[in-house]
Amino acid sequence: MAITEENPGYKWVGTRPIRPDGLEKVTGKAQFGADLMLPGMLFGKVVRSPHAHARIVSIDTTAAEAMVGVKAVITGSDFPDLAANGAHASDIDVASNAIAREKVLYEGHVVAAVAATTRDQAEAAAKAVEVTYEVLPHVLTVDEAMADGAPLLHEGMITKGVDPAPENPSNVASKILHERGDLDQGFGEAHVVVEREFTTKPVHQGYIEPHAAVADANTDGRAHIWCSSQGHFQMRAYSATVLGVSPGNLKVTAAEIGGGFGGKTVIYLEPLAVRLSQRAGRPVKLVMDRDEVFRATGPTSGTRIRVKMGVSEDGKITAAEVWMAYEAGAFSGSPVGAAGMTAIACYDIPNFVVEGYDVVCNKPRVAAYRAPGAPMAAFAVESVLDELARDIGMDPIDIRLANAAVEGTQASYGPKFPRIGFVETLEAIKDHPNYTADLGPNQGRGVSAGFWFNAGMMSSATVHINENGSATVVTGSPDIGGSRQSMALMAAEELGIPYESIKAVVADTETVGFNDVTGGSRVTLATGAAVVDACRIIVEDLRARAAKTWDVEVDQVEWVEGQAQHVEGTQPPLSLNDLAAKSGRTGGPISANASLNSRGVGAGFSTQLCDVEVDPETGVTRVVRYLTAQDAGRAISPDYVEGQMQGGVVQGIGWALNEEYIHNPDGVMENPSFLDYRIPVASDLPMIDCAIVEVPNPAHPYGVRGVGEVGIVPPMAAVGNAIRDAIDVRMTDLPMSPVRILEALNEQSD
Amino acid sequence: MARTHITAVVNGDETEFLAEDGTSLLNALRDEVGLTGAKEGCGTGDCGSCSVMIDDKVTTSCLVFAPEANGATILTVEGLADSGQLHPLQQCFLEGAALQCGICTPGFLIAAKALLDKNPDPTETEIRYALAGNLCRCTGYDKIIRAVQEAAREMRGQ
Amino acid sequence: MKYVAPSSVEEATSLLSTSPSAQVFAGATDVVPQLRAGRSAPEVLVDLKKIQELVSIVKDDTKWTVGAATPTANLTEDQAFSEEFQGLSEAAGLIGSDQIQNRSSLGGNLCNGSPAADSVPAMVVNGVRAVIAGPNGTRVLDVAEVVTGPGQLSLEDDEFIVEFEIDRMPERSGDAYLRMIPRTEMDIAVVGAGARVTLAEDGSIEEAIVALGAVAPTVVRVPEAEAALVGNTPNEQTLSAVAGAASEVCNPIDDKRGTIAYRKQVAGVLAKRAVLIAVERAQQRNGMK
Repeated sequence: MAITEENPGYKWVGTRPIRPDGLEKVTGKAQFGADLMLPGMLFGKVVRSPHAHARIVSIDTTAAEAMVGVKAVITGSDFPDLAANGAHASDIDVASNAIAREKVLYEGHVVAAVAATTRDQAEAAAKAVEVTYEVLPHVLTVDEAMADGAPLLHEGMITKGVDPAPENPSNVASKILHERGDLDQGFGEAHVVVEREFTTKPVHQGYIEPHAAVADANTDGRAHIWCSSQGHFQMRAYSATVLGVSPGNLKVTAAEIGGGFGGKTVIYLEPLAVRLSQRAGRPVKLVMDRDEVFRATGPTSGTRIRVKMGVSEDGKITAAEVWMAYEAGAFSGSPVGAAGMTAIACYDIPNFVVEGYDVVCNKPRVAAYRAPGAPMAAFAVESVLDELARDIGMDPIDIRLANAAVEGTQASYGPKFPRIGFVETLEAIKDHPNYTADLGPNQGRGVSAGFWFNAGMMSSATVHINENGSATVVTGSPDIGGSRQSMALMAAEELGIPYESIKAVVADTETVGFNDVTGGSRVTLATGAAVVDACRIIVEDLRARAAKTWDVEVDQVEWVEGQAQHVEGTQPPLSLNDLAAKSGRTGGPISANASLNSRGVGAGFSTQLCDVEVDPETGVTRVVRYLTAQDAGRAISPDYVEGQMQGGVVQGIGWALNEEYIHNPDGVMENPSFLDYRIPVASDLPMIDCAIVEVPNPAHPYGVRGVGEVGIVPPMAAVGNAIRDAIDVRMTDLPMSPVRILEALNEQSD
Repeated sequence: MARTHITAVVNGDETEFLAEDGTSLLNALRDEVGLTGAKEGCGTGDCGSCSVMIDDKVTTSCLVFAPEANGATILTVEGLADSGQLHPLQQCFLEGAALQCGICTPGFLIAAKALLDKNPDPTETEIRYALAGNLCRCTGYDKIIRAVQEAAREMRGQ
Repeated sequence: MKYVAPSSVEEATSLLSTSPSAQVFAGATDVVPQLRAGRSAPEVLVDLKKIQELVSIVKDDTKWTVGAATPTANLTEDQAFSEEFQGLSEAAGLIGSDQIQNRSSLGGNLCNGSPAADSVPAMVVNGVRAVIAGPNGTRVLDVAEVVTGPGQLSLEDDEFIVEFEIDRMPERSGDAYLRMIPRTEMDIAVVGAGARVTLAEDGSIEEAIVALGAVAPTVVRVPEAEAALVGNTPNEQTLSAVAGAASEVCNPIDDKRGTIAYRKQVAGVLAKRAVLIAVERAQQRNGMK
């Protein structure tokens, strides 16, 4: 189902052809991060801290170096000391997370790495590296980290964003604040006020492909890195920083990427592989085991959030107060900033205070995860809104409609919204048969909504017309969910040639201009805009060449359906094939580059409807029906828009019901496997019904908004609100596991 | 360390390779035979990305010791197409957009083939349970289930 | 690590007697993760699947004999077995994915020594016996006696299970196994409950066996639940007694998969439900319903 304001009559945009990289992926040919083998390649293994917080007293590598097959062993001292060099704090954090120097800050923190001729030799050598630690007291949660007298991770860290600045260091890296109106007055006007406190646990992005990198270093300081990441230009920049070399010395080739969801926007293995390769004089492959992925990469923050909201009798929100603390893991940089901006962005609220804290603790450094920061805040806000609707006896869609942000609303984080499609997503849910489907015993229904900015940022694209009139579209944005298809579809539309005549590829860092990461739902928007720009340059060039051929003015030439047409019709049309064949005589190869810092992102909204069934005797919850409505702006590639919507929802269902990091009191992760870190399996789920809403983004040539992220914002509250509907219990702590639900049911019956 | 000489029929061809006894069949296929279609997502049998058929039975090759394959017949994703003609499952995955990143796809294709070999007309629930050992984090499974349903229909000649 | 695949029981026992650090395995679905995690480092890996009697399913007038290394998929796909021992077949079928099912075995599931092994409560309620081979020949032990604690077996280092003997299901009888997991598949049981009942001709319960998994260091029987059922019908009162007795007999731990309180409460729920299913199967099998 698509709800579209207008039908512009596109020929390719909005169709569902086979993706350009599909064949390689169904035949096993596609090369992912761990698939590359080079002649003479060594296998590497990383040595990781078993402690959550400890001072490194000494590292003895002599035994490991003496072992059969071992070619290189490196530690933190093999890298430049950025702190001593006066580098920027964020670069020091990147380097310190890649390999520890004085202290380890979480279980799994890298302390050394080895390279050897076989996997087994590398594993044995890694075990033989002797590290002596002085174990320090640790903090695992925001509660522990913010407590008086808590052990400090970074002795000099003074909270930013507080005026005047605190005198003493703490684990609070920064404070954010958004305010409007008068809270007391707002709550005074309320008919009903609800306040609840929520907690969420760290959850992992859960991509199925572990991190992997191959590096081949030369003796002159240059190196080639192959890795699966969401941005090979960022891998180059971060690696150069950690290694202390010029980015131009590093060439990074993007392998096919086996999922990222934000978690592959940061470096882990790349600089280690380069240094090992330099020391060994051979190519080196580093691949993480699954337990390393859990212990040392991702996750997103665990949080504590308090929300107080009031509504009038007719359901208008009069005031909202949100307090939140987000775990950053070992280094500052939790997504609490985005959480603060998104928490109440769906609604037009006259009086609010949103306050947030970025808190370090002895867990892996958090990485971006799909709409970073927004889902936890939405879980809290949308749960409270559900309670308010119940208290005043209002339909959950109607209360959201009564407060929905629309074009012209001053967003809670500052700017006025241009044309947005939130209301349309609410209406799409209300109009869908799922909204009135019958519910069985122990079943319940929940509604929830979410907002995400979407991102623009920098992109480059090159388009080449081949000698037969086919086209090659080159970008530098790793394709994580089908973006090569959307690039090819937009290029086909612009050039007026069949989709099948276009090959879209992702090039290495030396072959195409700079691109920011594949993240923030930005690729179809921004890289897509660069592709469109490049195609338009080419069309201008083709018109000029036709004009030259016909000896007419350029304005006498139109580009229609892949051919140059003379407006007066006195010349036979020149197809792209004709012009390509003549390119040598009309000015040489036909090719264009476009680079941009994206104009006009379009905000994304999603509203979701969840039906659950709860077994009241075991606390087990099953999702029996699910509907997601999302404003895509324009669905360039509807198959993959639905894929993003469905994937986001199912990650959210996992987050809602079962996923969590479990640490023992020593700060050691207890469930670093897919057996005990329970992401949803196929049998846990129903089909995920999709309603693509299309309210075009006025600032994009095709109206694209970006669709990757907002889908994960509503599910936790949608599930929680459905559970509330089924069993009359408000769950405030994630995950809403059977143990927690049964505890809540027992408390209710006491 | 001594390595064992292993002879197996891999994707229809008699294949010989050497592997250390404790090595997984997955690593032997990837490192020694050069077939990297099967992927390691977990190494503990929990994700299904390394699924292959051994003597017509689907299993996770990360849990099989390489020498166990001696004398066996092995099918990996690379052997699923027949002389360049895609298997209906491969075609339906492509047409139904049943993959996003594609890392889990080889395992899903093999597991789905194993299911349809045994049960040519499975219900949605049967498909979901038969594929429960294959994790996908991108798609939410919806389009994968539909692609298997469609392939089953085609293979039944409907 | 050296891999060997003996082709006879004798060859295997002599290998085990002469190899101080040997690990026998069938499907290796538990062994490989343990090796990877560094929890064991045997010198010799002894593959039992090449021994014919360890991979076979045989029925005679009095019993079924199931090879200890027989893939559980073979068992669940054996229609006659699965009709006779629905609960045991279902329990065996819960061990992991389809991929795992082609490798996992009753012998491996039992000898891994996990309190949460799904097939074990179902074997215990069916009175299954393990035939154990060692250097001095074979001995027979009730399955309930094989595991003595988490990862602890009453087998000697040079012994292994050859096969399981399962007496034919009596008339008017049925079995069932249920487990609680947070997902629908791919999890370790947080609580497991097996039940078998035999009905008298009047439909009342003549004999009952209830056993629980994942709630104590080993699988436990629930004698008080069994006593409460015998001579009665599964009415609200007897089922409530079953649930109470099941919760009472539990001696669980708090861990990453569940809490003590949760396990106790849900053990009662599952015991009750398993009994009901077993009774229904007994009734159906004999046309009593």
